[in-house]
Order: sequence, then C-alpha cells, then structure tokens
Amino acid sequence: MADVTMRIWRGDANGGDFETFTLPQNEGEVVLDVIHRIQATEAPDLACRWNCKAGKCGSCSAEINGKPRLMCMTRMDTLPEGEVTVTPMKTFPIIRDLVTDVSFNYIQAQKVPALLPPPMPERGYVMFQEDVERGQEFRKCIECFMCQDVCHVIRDHEENKEHYSGPRFFIRYAELEMHPLDTNDRRHLLREEMGLGYCNITKCCTEVCPEHIHITDNAIIPLKERVVDAAYDPVAWLGRKIRRKHNRTAEEAAVQPAP
Amino acid sequence: MSTPYENHEYDVLIIGAGGAGLRAAIEAKQRGLKVGIVTKSLLGKAHTVMAEGGMAAAMGNVYPEDNWMVHFRDTMRGGKYLNNYRMAELHAKEAPDRVWELEQWGALFDRTKEGKILQRDFGGHRYARLAHVGDRTGLELIRTLQQKVVSMGIDVFMECKVLKLVHDESGRVAGCVGYWRANGEFVTFAAKAVILATGGAGKSWKFTSNSWEGTGDGHAMALWAGAQLIDMECIQFHPTGMVWPLSVRGLLVTEGVRGDGGVLRNSNGERFMFNYVADMFRAETADSEDEADKWYDDHSAGRRPPELLPRDEVARAINSEVKAGRGSPHGGVFLDIASRRSPEFIRRRLPSMYHQFMELAGVDITSEPMEIGPTCHYIMGGVKVDAETEATLAPGLFAAGEVAGGMHGANRLGGNSLSDLIVFGRRAGMGAADYIESGQAATSLDEGEVEAAVKEALAPFDRPNGENPYDIQRDLQEMMQANVGIIRTQSELEFAATELDKFTERVKNVTVKGGRAYNPGWNLTTDLPAMITVCKCVTKGATLRKESRGGHTREDYPKADPDFAKFNFAHSSKGGNWDSPIETVESPLLAMPDELKALLEEEH
Repeated sequence: MADVTMRIWRGDANGGDFETFTLPQNEGEVVLDVIHRIQATEAPDLACRWNCKAGKCGSCSAEINGKPRLMCMTRMDTLPEGEVTVTPMKTFPIIRDLVTDVSFNYIQAQKVPALLPPPMPERGYVMFQEDVERGQEFRKCIECFMCQDVCHVIRDHEENKEHYSGPRFFIRYAELEMHPLDTNDRRHLLREEMGLGYCNITKCCTEVCPEHIHITDNAIIPLKERVVDAAYDPVAWLGRKIRRKHNRTAEEAAVQPAP
Repeated sequence: MSTPYENHEYDVLIIGAGGAGLRAAIEAKQRGLKVGIVTKSLLGKAHTVMAEGGMAAAMGNVYPEDNWMVHFRDTMRGGKYLNNYRMAELHAKEAPDRVWELEQWGALFDRTKEGKILQRDFGGHRYARLAHVGDRTGLELIRTLQQKVVSMGIDVFMECKVLKLVHDESGRVAGCVGYWRANGEFVTFAAKAVILATGGAGKSWKFTSNSWEGTGDGHAMALWAGAQLIDMECIQFHPTGMVWPLSVRGLLVTEGVRGDGGVLRNSNGERFMFNYVADMFRAETADSEDEADKWYDDHSAGRRPPELLPRDEVARAINSEVKAGRGSPHGGVFLDIASRRSPEFIRRRLPSMYHQFMELAGVDITSEPMEIGPTCHYIMGGVKVDAETEATLAPGLFAAGEVAGGMHGANRLGGNSLSDLIVFGRRAGMGAADYIESGQAATSLDEGEVEAAVKEALAPFDRPNGENPYDIQRDLQEMMQANVGIIRTQSELEFAATELDKFTERVKNVTVKGGRAYNPGWNLTTDLPAMITVCKCVTKGATLRKESRGGHTREDYPKADPDFAKFNFAHSSKGGNWDSPIETVESPLLAMPDELKALLEEEH
C-alpha cells in the first residue's frame, strides 16, 4: 500500500507548529493507529489522549482535516487522498500537541442539580420502556465534547464560557427534565444561569455527535419550549398554580439532593 | 511531611475511577469522611465504559424462580470452585440492592413489559439475570456513579499517575506518590486509608480488549506494598473479540450477541459448540440445535444452547476449531446473528456492535456473520482481600473490582464483573471507614519512600542512549501472547520466566525522549515495572498449577486435578522493590459451610 502523510499540530500553550510524518499505510487502520505508530517510532513524546479505541469512551477527540472526529473511529481509507491534518480541539486550551484542557466541561457538570426522585418502593421503581427511552437517547453520550468544541457560542466567544453549559449539558438537563422519576424543575436555572437562550439552533452539535444523538431536535428545542412556558406563558403559569409540581426558581433548583 | 512536592490529605484516598472506585467513594463519603479519588485518565473514561452486556443480579424480574442461591451456584461452578466462596455469596445476595440503588441515582435500564428492570441471558447463568441498557451497560454504570460522585462534591484528581504506595513509620499504608500527566510535576497524597480500584492487567498481551490503562499498576503496587496476589494464572480470554482488521484485533464483541440468539459456526457452517460440552455441563446443555433454539423463548422448553457455556469453555473450543483448520479467513470463527434475528431486532438490542462492525470492519452484522476469536479480557487473579471488608494483608490498604482476587475463582461469568464493582466497591468504602473509625489510621508519609519513587521515575531521562519503551512493551506483549496465552505448556512457561528476567534488565536501561509535560513515552516507562511484575506472577502461577482449570489451560495437564482445587497460589514480594524476588506459597481456600456446599451439589 502507498505511504500516508500526517500533518500533526505540535506545541503547547506558548505556541507551536505542524510537524509532518510519512509512514507506510496498513490495511484497515484508523487515524489513532497511525498516531500510535508515530509514537512508537519517531516521536514517543507525541501527546494524544485515548483510552478504549472502540468509540465508547470519547477520549480521542481531535480535528481531522478541520472537522471534529474521534480518531479511533475514523478509518484512514475514508479520508480524501493526500495529507491528513490532525489538530487539537479548538475550543479548549492546549495542554500539549493533541491534548486539550477540557476542565470547562467538568465545571459545567458540577453545576447540574442531580436527579431528585421520590423514595424507592421495595423491589425497585416501576418505569415503562417508552418513558425511559427519551432519556436513554441522551445517556448514550460518551462525553467526547465534540459538540462543545463545535458550538460557536463558545468556540468563537471565550467570554461566554462563564454562563453557558453547552450542548453536552443541555442533553443532560433534558434527560433530567424528561426523567420519569424526577421532581426538580430546572427551567429557570436553564434560562438564567446556563445560557440556554444563547443557542441559535444551527445544529452543528447534532452533526458532529458520534452517537447520533438528536441534540437540537430532541433536547435543546423541547427545553427551549419548556423554558418559554415557565417564564412567559400566562396559561401555563395559572396551570402551575393549580397543579402540584412546584415551579422552582433558579436558586431553588440548583440545590443538590442529599447524599 | 516536608517533601518539596504538592501534597493533599484525605481520610480515604481511592486510586482508580472506574465502577469500583466511584462506588467506594460514595460509601466513604456517606460515612462523613473526606474522600479523594485519583485517576490516570479523565473522569468517566475508565475501562468500565467498555462493559457491554450487563450486570448480573438475581432480581427475578424475568424468571421469578431466580434467587441468590442459584446465582451463587452459577458463580462457583463458573469459577471451577477456586472462588473465595464468601465473596461469591455476598455478591449474589447483595447485587440486586446495588442495582436498584443505581436507579435512585439516575440510571435508566431497559424495562420489562411490567415496567421492571429487564434481564438478559448470558453464558453460565441459569436464568436471564443481567440488568442492561442495550449493549452499553458499562457506560450507564460509570455515568450514574460519576454523576453521583460529582453531586456529592467528592474531589477527583484527573490525569494523575500514581507511581507507588507509601507507608508510614509503623509500616501502614499511608498514601501514595504520583505525577500530573499535564506538567510532569510530582504530587503526594496522604491518607488514613487507601482503596485500590485500578482495574486489570490485560495490556501485557498482544491481542487484548484492554485499553492502555490495563497495565496492572494496582496489582503491582499492592504486591510491592506488602499485600499478596492470588490466582494470577487465571486470565480470561473472552471468546469473542474482533479478528479483522488487524488494527482492531482483540476489540470486544459482547456476549450479548450469543445471549440474544447468535451462534458460532466454523468454516463448514457447523454449529461446533455441540462437540465441546464438558461433562460438568452436559446435564444442563441442549444436545440438538432444535432443543437449543426452543430455549431462547422459554427456558423450560429445552436446555441451554452450548454457545452459552462459560467463557473459558467457549474460548478453548474456538481455539481448537481454528487449530483444526476449520477457521474463518482471518484466523477466527464465525459469529452469526444475521441469519437468526431480524435486522430491527439486532439494531435495537446491539446498537454498538452494529456500528463497531460497520465503521471499523465494513461488515453489516444484520446481513452477514462476524469473524471473531479469543482476546485477553480479564484477570480473575488479584489482591487477596477479606470478603467482608476488602482489607488486604497490607494494613491500611483495601482493594475492590478487577484488581482484587477471589470473587471469580478460575473463571468469571459474564455480567458478574459490573455487579462485583458495585457490591465490593461499597464494601471497600465501608471497610476503610470502619478501619479509620477503629483508630488504626496511618500518620505520615515516609519521605525516603517518596524520594526513591521520584528518583526511579526520573532515571530514564538520564539515559540518552537507552532503549525505546515502546519496543520493550511490544516485545513483552508478543512474548506473553506466544508463551503465556490461552493454552500453556511447561517448556514455554519456563522460557517465559527467563525472558521476563531479560525484560527486567531491559527496563533498567529504558530512555525517555522529550520533556515531562504530557509525555506518553515517559508514562510508558512508569508502566513497564508494573507490567513485568504482573507477568512474573502470572507466569509463576501458571508454571506451578499443573492442571487445567477455568482460565488456566495446560496442554501438558489437560484435566482438572482435585488436589489443586484446595488452594490458591499466593505471591508476595521479598523486598518491595519492583525487581525484588517474588515468593509463592500455597494458600488454602476458605472452608465452605455445609449448607452452601449443598447448593452446589443440587442437580439443576
């Protein structure tokens, strides 16, 4: 087989440049295989993050020819002929080479008020498949953070990171809001603290999702509708006055359940 | 403590952030203790995410006749009676509560028509017993525990590689020393008790389902710190790993494929597993395809298909078929679900497998068979622990999950690993909390031990002309695959032992290229001592166990020997350095009470 040429960004927070590696191509390889062969031979210090190499852990996200992809699930023979360019995710600060500092996502995760279920009956809760399926779609998320990487609200505006959860966490909020057992109400929290309104539904997140989660259609749009109901709809406001479910303020909703 | 390094102090320090580590952290935190978790990857990326099929718990949601006694019996038979019976008993009794608890923390399992947790069939389990979410159950488990840990405000130190456990002056385990992947700076953690939850060691074999993390660091650190390792020769080669393309060889194909109706065929199209039913399982296994096929819908209409024998049996059968020249084009056999279930069923029940084969091999599993073969998957052996508390023989050190030994005996049943994590993760958290409350806790870190570990980690930078660590790792993997693989013989094991001595010398001459910040080559040099230590214990156990039992198969001793069913081989380090000699003794199994023995003898 012909050789492959890899153009890999190398450097750290102080800057860097592309380094080119040419090596023989092997049948059936993915981009991560080629990176590993470079590490094992020419550049043992080439930094890249990976774990499962099976598309299940979401560690090896990078931008391949400018597009966010999992390196472990991108077959070399599906890329156009010629040089393959690999760069780190742009939205997060560089640690080294292809490794970025994704702690933004872990900070957002800490802000999510966890599930608030009623006490469990003996021998478990009763929930039906059609009720859990909506949440199950969002729980397929492998936290590769490519949806966060590609979201212009933070990709192009560093200053928004402070008050914007991003698509990965909008599906987490959607999962909790649609969870059959949940008794919390995070709608005001989403509007006031998590920046749901910043999303302008360009669906870039949905396009890059390796788990094919319908982030925009099944999570963000329904959440926006619920938030609008909570904040502005007078009929819904009256309905809540009568119904049992409490409309929680952002502050009330943000409390974590007892351990 | 006055070393020049960053230091953190905790009541309970947990090393490893997979299912066992996270569950242990939750328990210790609920006891009001200050808890820290150290992981060498990011939170949520541990090997637990790769578990596919489910977690075994006798909830009886699908077959009400299921209960802990049947689960106990299945686990002991699967483990060929080498198990710590008390662990198998506690596991079978407590697993249902641990699974239900996950739902309180947000897990969303697949449901039965009545709205209960659905349970699926797996090898060696008499009844459909595995709680699951499609074929991504491990992801559900780790995400649920991760979100619980985060909501409780537990400190998690990510991408921090632990090098060694450190004692206090009295010899209790008092913490550890490690370094930050991001900048290469050293850090110490002082703790009153330490829980090891570091997972497995499969990365020392060439064809493995394990990620780079499975280097056996926890096994090795425990040994060096004064604990014992048992059953290290018992390695599970999962029957179904991908065999092609070569770059993904070893990648796991869930047992759920067989649980959901998939069958194994050789190049003649024959369902060969009918020819490999051991006497021990003959009474409960179907003897015709017709009978086996009836079983899937109704377990009382026929006996179990032989494809669902325990993993060690199936892996050996596949190995024999390939050896006899009836293999598939790339050296495996065929796993066929396409001819047996509808495309809709396959995509709904096995979505990850569908994508994995489509994207990596260009194979559509709804219309063609998969090519599969055995892959190094799990180590049954591990740190010897007390069943109730998970305390090791090193005071202050606890161990849970794959790094601990005893629960699974000589062979683990599929689905018993995820439940192991939550049952014994919780117990380790309780054990560590009780230990601290009893006032035995460690005091301060031995500075000499910290300095020695730092010096050892930095030494490769001073050998500019040394050997590339990747060359050593590759050679080690090839050597172990060839000589201490699925089928073993005395001469090959002896050869492996002498080779491991040579690897020890090579590691002493390893070099690092580049700096300390996020340098994977340097990180590998810190893995190699653990890998070699574990390989030595595996090889030694395999040499001494002159019989075949579970995940340990000897070509020269093909039968199980009742005399060997009475003890485990227990290894300890004479000196505590990574290249210190390893002493191995016979350690008698716990005596089982008569009422539990009776459960094993019942004819099912």
